Amino acid sequence: MAGSTLRFSLLLAAAFAGRATALWPWPQYIQTSELRYTIFPQSFQFQYHLSSAAQVGCSVLDEAFQRYRDLLFGSVAFRFPHPIEKRHTSEKNSLVVLVVTPGCDQFPSLGSVENYTLTINDEQSLLLSETVWGALRGLETFSQLIWRSPEGTDVMAYNKFNVFHWHLVDDSSFPYESFTFPELTKKGSYNPATHIYTAQDVKEVIEYARLRGIRVLAEFDTPGHTLSWGPGVPGLLTPCYSGSHPSGTFGPVNPALNNTYEFMSTFFLEISTVFPDFYLHLGGDEVDFTCWKSNPDIQAFMKKKGFGDDFKKLESFYIQTLLDIVSAYGKGYVVWQEVFDNKVKVRPDTIIQVWREEIPVKYVKELALVTRAGFRALLSAPWYLNHITYGPDWKEIYLVEPLAFEGSPEQKALVIGGEACMWGEYVDSTNLVPRLWPRAGAVAERLWSNKMVSNLDFAFKRLAHFRCELLRRGVQAQPLSVGYCDMEFEQT
Amino acid sequence: MEQRGLARLRLPGLLALLAALAARTPRVSASGDLNLWPLPVSLKTTPRLFYLSPGNFFFGHSPTSKAGPSCAVLQEAFRRYYDYIFGFYKWHHGHNKIPSEMELQKLEVSVIMDPECDSFPSITSDESYTLLVKGPVATLTANRVWGVLRGLETFSQLIYQDSYGTFTANESNIVDSPRFPHRGILIDTSRHFLPVKTILKTLDAMAFNKFNVLHWHIVDDQSFPYQSISFPELSNKGSYSLSHVYTPNDVRTVIEYARLRGIRVLPEFDSPGHTESWGKGQKDLLTPCYHAREPSGTFGPINPILNSTYSFLSKLFKEISTVFPDEFIHLGGDEVNFNCWVLDMISTMKKRSIVWQEVYDDEGKLLPGTVVQVWKMGDFYKELENITAAGFPVIISAPWYLDVINYGQDWRQYYSVKPLNFAGTPEQKQLVIGGEACIWGEYVDATNLTPRLWPRASAVGERLWSPQEVTDLDDAYRRLTRHRCRMVRRGIAAQPLFTGYCEHEGRM
Repeated sequence: MAGSTLRFSLLLAAAFAGRATALWPWPQYIQTSELRYTIFPQSFQFQYHLSSAAQVGCSVLDEAFQRYRDLLFGSVAFRFPHPIEKRHTSEKNSLVVLVVTPGCDQFPSLGSVENYTLTINDEQSLLLSETVWGALRGLETFSQLIWRSPEGTDVMAYNKFNVFHWHLVDDSSFPYESFTFPELTKKGSYNPATHIYTAQDVKEVIEYARLRGIRVLAEFDTPGHTLSWGPGVPGLLTPCYSGSHPSGTFGPVNPALNNTYEFMSTFFLEISTVFPDFYLHLGGDEVDFTCWKSNPDIQAFMKKKGFGDDFKKLESFYIQTLLDIVSAYGKGYVVWQEVFDNKVKVRPDTIIQVWREEIPVKYVKELALVTRAGFRALLSAPWYLNHITYGPDWKEIYLVEPLAFEGSPEQKALVIGGEACMWGEYVDSTNLVPRLWPRAGAVAERLWSNKMVSNLDFAFKRLAHFRCELLRRGVQAQPLSVGYCDMEFEQT
Repeated sequence: MEQRGLARLRLPGLLALLAALAARTPRVSASGDLNLWPLPVSLKTTPRLFYLSPGNFFFGHSPTSKAGPSCAVLQEAFRRYYDYIFGFYKWHHGHNKIPSEMELQKLEVSVIMDPECDSFPSITSDESYTLLVKGPVATLTANRVWGVLRGLETFSQLIYQDSYGTFTANESNIVDSPRFPHRGILIDTSRHFLPVKTILKTLDAMAFNKFNVLHWHIVDDQSFPYQSISFPELSNKGSYSLSHVYTPNDVRTVIEYARLRGIRVLPEFDSPGHTESWGKGQKDLLTPCYHAREPSGTFGPINPILNSTYSFLSKLFKEISTVFPDEFIHLGGDEVNFNCWVLDMISTMKKRSIVWQEVYDDEGKLLPGTVVQVWKMGDFYKELENITAAGFPVIISAPWYLDVINYGQDWRQYYSVKPLNFAGTPEQKQLVIGGEACIWGEYVDATNLTPRLWPRASAVGERLWSPQEVTDLDDAYRRLTRHRCRMVRRGIAAQPLFTGYCEHEGRM
């Protein structure tokens, strides 16, 4: 690219031809014409409107302007005094941003309004939004409209994802560095010197996400999936019994001890302060009752509580106590569907995450049941992207219709969204990015765009193009099918 | 353990497995716990340890070796393996005090026969070696440089760092040679262009796994990236773009990089089908399809009735024979009836041919010595039986299509394949010269090739190198997880086998 003759065309084309194939996800409403405007990087600026509630000093937008500058124009230094030979009448040298509601230092939340209007015509070049979060979404769309002639948590923002569900710990390891219980990390991580997330790491992730309008939803899954908690907190897990003797193995968290709840109280106080989002994910999935059944103390506890033989009641007891603890800290919670399936009494504002494809019922039916009971639902069941298979599976992912269940409009409104899941049994930094992208893009459009946007050919064109754009932006997204990008991925 | 949506293993069994794994000692200081991959034919170790100091260790030639410092293959390998072993360790900080009777200071390399230092590896290359790890001088003996390369890889796998960070190796005696001489990886640069860097990375990883053939499926319907000197229009018009092209220099780079690792480059110019991209730059090469009596505008396979076809192919293959030094050329021949005169033409150029199984299945008359590659699933053991009964050498790929991905540990299926599991005489079994793991390019390019290929292809690598009896999956799992971490450490983004971790996660 010759620095002094850099030119870009801001292309506004007919919706189904040429460059509008660049948009992903597809906007709710878009009207375009054949008109084109030229942008000169040296003189282009993002600007705050005089009446905007957000002005210079608004870190979320100041940072975003810088990011999108770099994305659009590379590292072309625009301080270079450069004589502009010709004055083009159809030139746009700014995008004016007008945010209506003040609020720049907050965190995005479930209720955040992400609407925006982008108007580019002869009279104006305006991005209007309710909040800074909407401005971020609009900036992304703007960047996709710009077409150049050839010369991480980021990629979530490119796809307009807005929640990072961080499944931090599980059976296999406990990498979260806890300051109230440092032994958890010391004894539970794969390697406490190298395989941990320090308080600083966590802070950085949260801020990095915030600047992109992404919420961090932390999950500390209990009472199952907790083997790695055991070494650091002796007595927390249930000792399994073989006959009348402990077998040496451990099971879920021990719900029969007061110590358990004291621990959870202290631990979740820490978590509530570290993670600013209103919601915490408390897990509650796949609790195996075998170990509880084998343990005589638990058996005695069951008798005392009058639970009979029903271990679901014990599970219920644990979860309810935990939920009360967490609510007392002013947090809301998301739980996996078992909590609902096992009839645990939860608060009405609990969010239920539907992850099982067919058990106890097909996920579509589960959504109906959850919303009929008045709970909000998140859909993940058909979006387990860790389940890989040969061929273009992005299509099945794309064609999922979250509201295709029998229910009233009020019920459907309770489906607040969904999540693409990339579980880590077979995934780490060697293969995460290509496995996640662009397949997760199919989920992104399904959750952002209008229900009617479902034509596979139209989607393929844009997603293939978007994938090449991801490559250009340094995201190691894998191919959708046979073909090529002008700029291929080059490994270092 | 996370088993959402997966009904394969029951939870209690998993918990027990996890407890067992959790009870293991940390991976780094596993002494005597061998991380060798593939497993050598004969391996004897003792608990006696030797220590290496990066500042005081070097590779050298034995005074009686037939190879010396002028041998580029060995000199380059010495430099490479020093870095692989010590990890770009800064050694000018002064070395630790190691008692002299425990120090390993030198690996002395001895080539017994004419080294073949300036030759290209071939199907008959001798890759055998003997490795004696003892202090102060260990010895690596081989008939040819190819055996030295294999031995250096094994030597580098014997060295580990103890919990003090000291480089350690157990006293060992290894005698090794491959079970099959043809151990290949097929890459497809037509469905997706693969940058040269990616191909070179693949060659590095192949050397770590003792693979010795790069089957380069270089052109196909979708694109023609090979820049031909005789027919420049082929890539001008047939490549995805002018930057999606392999220049003669690129091709030379790949061939030499491979040679230095004892890897043959087997080019495949698949015809007469799979040639749509050829027609873009070569007028009248392809058969015009007709709809009723009118040309439909589309094209089919190469047109066998024109003289121009014959002279074109002759000239093209003449060029290919010169550019690619290997004795073999892969002619494809899949999915369309093959023209046997191509085989005749190749043999006049003093090359031998490899073809896909259809050429045999469709009762083409194959020249004796033509190698047949079996790729169709279904009863491929029966196919092996038939082809070897007809007297042709055979390469197995059918069970090893690594582009066909699945959720879970599919490396176990690849590992469990039994190449000689068919009814036949010993002579027939001898005709199975090896196999190839194929990673076709419909859904693969530089963004995902490496994690998709490794370590799954490693399972194929051991199946083709190690003795028939090496089949224990638990031992393989243990060694392969460590081998995988080693590949990551050496810059190969090999994906995980299962839950777990590497000490050094690599900068991916």
